[in-house]
Amino acid sequence: MRDIFTLSLIASTIRLATPLVLAALGGLFSERSGVINIALEGKMLAGAFTAAAVTYAADNKLGLGAASPWVGLLGGMLAGLFIAVIYAVSCIRFKAEQVVSGAAINILMLGIPGFLSGAFFLSSGSTPQLPKDHLLPQSPVIIAITILALVALIWYVLYKTPFGLRLRSVGENPEAADAAGVSVSRIRYSGVLLAGVLAGLGGAYLSIGQSSLFTRNMTAGRGFIALAALIFGKWRPVQTLLACLLFGFTEAVSIQMQGVFKLPSGDDIPVQFIQMVPYVLTIVVLAGFIGSSRPPRALGIPYQKEK
Amino acid sequence: MNKLARDLLFPIIAVVAAFIVGAILILLVGDNPITAYRLLLGSALSWPDGIGYVLFYATPLIFTGLAVLVGFRCGLFNIGAEGQLYIAAFATAWVGIKFANLSPWLLIPFCCAAAILAGAVWGGIPGVLKAKFGSHEVINTIMLNFIAIMIASYFTQYHYKVGGDPILESAPIGEGAHIPHLGKFIPGFPERIPLNVAFILALLCCLLVYLFLWRTKWGYEIRATGSNPFAAEYGGISIRKQIILAMAVSGGLAGMVGINEVLGNRHRYYDGFSDNFGFTGIAVALLGRNHPVGVILAALLFAALQHGGIYVDGFSQNVTKDIVQVLQGIIILFVAAEGFFKWLLRRASMERLRA
Repeated sequence: MRDIFTLSLIASTIRLATPLVLAALGGLFSERSGVINIALEGKMLAGAFTAAAVTYAADNKLGLGAASPWVGLLGGMLAGLFIAVIYAVSCIRFKAEQVVSGAAINILMLGIPGFLSGAFFLSSGSTPQLPKDHLLPQSPVIIAITILALVALIWYVLYKTPFGLRLRSVGENPEAADAAGVSVSRIRYSGVLLAGVLAGLGGAYLSIGQSSLFTRNMTAGRGFIALAALIFGKWRPVQTLLACLLFGFTEAVSIQMQGVFKLPSGDDIPVQFIQMVPYVLTIVVLAGFIGSSRPPRALGIPYQKEK
Repeated sequence: MNKLARDLLFPIIAVVAAFIVGAILILLVGDNPITAYRLLLGSALSWPDGIGYVLFYATPLIFTGLAVLVGFRCGLFNIGAEGQLYIAAFATAWVGIKFANLSPWLLIPFCCAAAILAGAVWGGIPGVLKAKFGSHEVINTIMLNFIAIMIASYFTQYHYKVGGDPILESAPIGEGAHIPHLGKFIPGFPERIPLNVAFILALLCCLLVYLFLWRTKWGYEIRATGSNPFAAEYGGISIRKQIILAMAVSGGLAGMVGINEVLGNRHRYYDGFSDNFGFTGIAVALLGRNHPVGVILAALLFAALQHGGIYVDGFSQNVTKDIVQVLQGIIILFVAAEGFFKWLLRRASMERLRA
């Protein structure tokens, strides 16, 4: 058992947790403001595809060279933002059922990348391969520092600024916040749009950081794992980070273990059971078996201002 | 506006609006929307292949649409039909393999019962979790989707695969468990088309769901819970019981996809067989206004799109079959944001008043 905890495992845990952390922190802003975000998956896909496509275009059409992944990163964030605008308008302005709109966004984003790459790259759902030196930095140390700084910033914004206070109050008790003069819909727009940017960023890191191209449905449920981490982390930034690291670790272990580890009986340890851990833990914690995880009180309820 | 008119009007507006947005996207990628749409929908009506395959593709969507509908009527969002149908399909195949030598008269009912029961249990779990601990069924069903797929894939890979088979699929089920293709009974309809008895079962389920929800006490209590849980509780209905019941019925319906897939089509469990049936079921139920008749119509529409997707892929320049998913997503978005159309209509009528 000892040799699982190698340096390379820690590095790959950090790498694999990064997109989860970004998306989960995005989900945090949206859900703390009272808007459910099962559309994280779709926003990550939007970010991942756009980032890879823009990086490729910036490199080959504009000749930006080593700067191109940064342009791609910006593109990924904007794509996440764009999807979030659609989601926000339908949920906040038109009071659509949030889970339904979220599911719609996810289905839509399963199709859009394939649709666009079929037309632009004449491929069935993937973007062209990017050269290795035109990707985002992958050193675990740099990533770890960036992520820690981001979590600290988000913690500060959420708990120490007027915006954070308003965001939390809108998610807990929109009537009271409204009575105190806070614009519920404006705060919720900010929450959902921030979620889009961060989830887009997470997706971008997936395609132009961890990988070097976009492939069909490349998030493979990571948006949902991020959502699970958010719940497991009880909708709090530091706990959410830890949950993402735990889930990143299970992914790293299941990648590293394949076919290597044997039970005393000589059987492989089925990789499926390790991959299952995040999902099972989330159900368990949500049911209150290990501590309790209570969602923001107004989560999922459109706010109707009294006339 | 009377209710029937509204029930018909909004879904039609949503579909038309989605096709318009889709046409703009097709223009943007430099193709002709009319040609693409003709490919997409034109093949659906050809006899026997077009109609046969559309009805075959509609079968799982009717089951999952009904599953989502039953949840919705109880105020629950079963986003887990995908997991329920995977577990059920595996259970169906398991019975079909384990008891392969039984007479078809016993084996087929056993397999069907396994499908329904496995789906009902998998759907019932989030029901119990919600009733007992108040945890949100949306999150739990999402998590259970992944767990179901992994459990089925584990058992297939480690215990029920034929040695040396490179594909992740189970051993074949016993011949006695096969249910006939409809081509066997309809003259001039070729047996190679996989449309099978499960389609008739799906139509029967529409009738049964209607009778259950609108003609039985249990169904009434489920709907009462869905429309106003507080009033229902005050009226002496146990909400917790209704939640568990509705989720189990919902899961059982989703599980019946396993009958179509395993007994009627591939005759084995096949990893990743579902083409997002569970999620499309959400679109089917919503577009069908949560009514069994609407579910049939919506399932036919989405099945026709799915069938046409193959032709679009093959014969058009820049448009791929992904357009199907794009249209599906936009349709749900529009159906969900019904407020958007109401707002448009209101604005239009106000303009008229002013003029």
